[in-house]
Amino acid sequence: MQVLDYISAGSVKEVVGLLASNNGRARILCGGTDLLVQLRENRRRAELLIDVKNIPELTSINYDNQIGLWLGAAASCQAICHNPFVLEKYPGLVDAISLIGGVQIQYRASVGGNLCNASPAADSIPALIVHKADCVIVGSNGTHEIPVEQFCIAPGKNVLQNGEFLLAIKVPVAKENFGAHYLRFIPRNEMDIAVVGAGASVTLDKAKQKILSARIALAAVSPTPLFVEEAGTFLEGKEITEENIREAAKIAQAAARPISDLRGTVEYRKHLCSVLTRRALEKAVERARRHE
Amino acid sequence: MNKKVQVQATINGEGVEFLCEPRQSLLEVLRETLGLTGAKEGCNNGNCGACNVILDGALVNSCLVLAVEINGRNVTTIEGIATPQGLHPLQEKFIVHAALQCGFCTPGFIVASKALLDQNPNPSENEVRQWLAGNLCRCTGYDRIVRAVLDAAQVQEKPL
Repeated sequence: MQVLDYISAGSVKEVVGLLASNNGRARILCGGTDLLVQLRENRRRAELLIDVKNIPELTSINYDNQIGLWLGAAASCQAICHNPFVLEKYPGLVDAISLIGGVQIQYRASVGGNLCNASPAADSIPALIVHKADCVIVGSNGTHEIPVEQFCIAPGKNVLQNGEFLLAIKVPVAKENFGAHYLRFIPRNEMDIAVVGAGASVTLDKAKQKILSARIALAAVSPTPLFVEEAGTFLEGKEITEENIREAAKIAQAAARPISDLRGTVEYRKHLCSVLTRRALEKAVERARRHE
Repeated sequence: MNKKVQVQATINGEGVEFLCEPRQSLLEVLRETLGLTGAKEGCNNGNCGACNVILDGALVNSCLVLAVEINGRNVTTIEGIATPQGLHPLQEKFIVHAALQCGFCTPGFIVASKALLDQNPNPSENEVRQWLAGNLCRCTGYDRIVRAVLDAAQVQEKPL
């Protein structure tokens, strides 16, 4: 590990300045549960680590009835999963975020870090995609936002340019008749990496018989977390029937481009896509009906 | 010569001051600089839990915390679990239940279990197993560890 210096930054402005003056030699440190391991294994390089855990905008978790949820990029999984607003309004996010590592990792790892690490198997990313979340990116040219599904561009790579960093993730207000769920398949009960993961969300009509809109996203079946827009489009305006849900699951399965590795074969992963998408949709519908 | 940083922290209730390189993990400094060798280096990548410490009330892997990050903060290691009056109930019950064989993972399990009982004094068996999922033991098969933690919770609930 070639890290030579560490700075705990006190403000967003300071981070922008440090990134600009160090031109590619600095990296943002949140929980370090991915970054420190990768630095030790020389899979990533950094001479300066900028700790952002002491900047309020980066660790805050705020809910507003009009704006929605602000998840500071450095907020820990533990803090998010114990936040009363997140628990009440976004159980579909808690499904995914609470799956990341054991207790020790939950206390340190951040959802912003899970996103920036850009693993194809990241659990939080499909859940954020189906919640229609946006990334708030800051750099020397100011702030801009992009949808989460556009953030990862290759395994371990994201859209951030030199001098930019992830400030927060914004999740829209969870409206009435909205429900979401994320689940994954792993061969043991906890602390594992997804063989396949599936997230789904639905917004139902007033009578809760029809699907007004739906979003489906998959983990570990393509080089980046996979947003299957066409599966959601198929469900628009459709009745909630077993047949329609199965058809949407088939569309998701067809979109998946998995590889065979130690966690599973292409055929097995394809099979899981359909099963997990169906279950994610069923649970999302159930939650929307209960208005959980 | 690499740059060294001065750090002040409270470890097991005592103020300490040390110099470290920014790249050094808390685990490395505990063991190599401060002589606190109770936290073990198992995997050094956050998988095994043998290096667990409590940082401002949060259970963490000290291999995944930089030593510079603990400036001004409070750390409890396995060395801070027993008191001059005697062993902690968790330590007593690990002995009673023979919840260890080689013992390498034990400090991590005790620290992790302490963090659990601090916030949930009467956990169910399922809660204990879930909480300890981030600690690996290759000898015991976990059952005796879980029984020891549940038993220690009973003692804590009804002190003698």
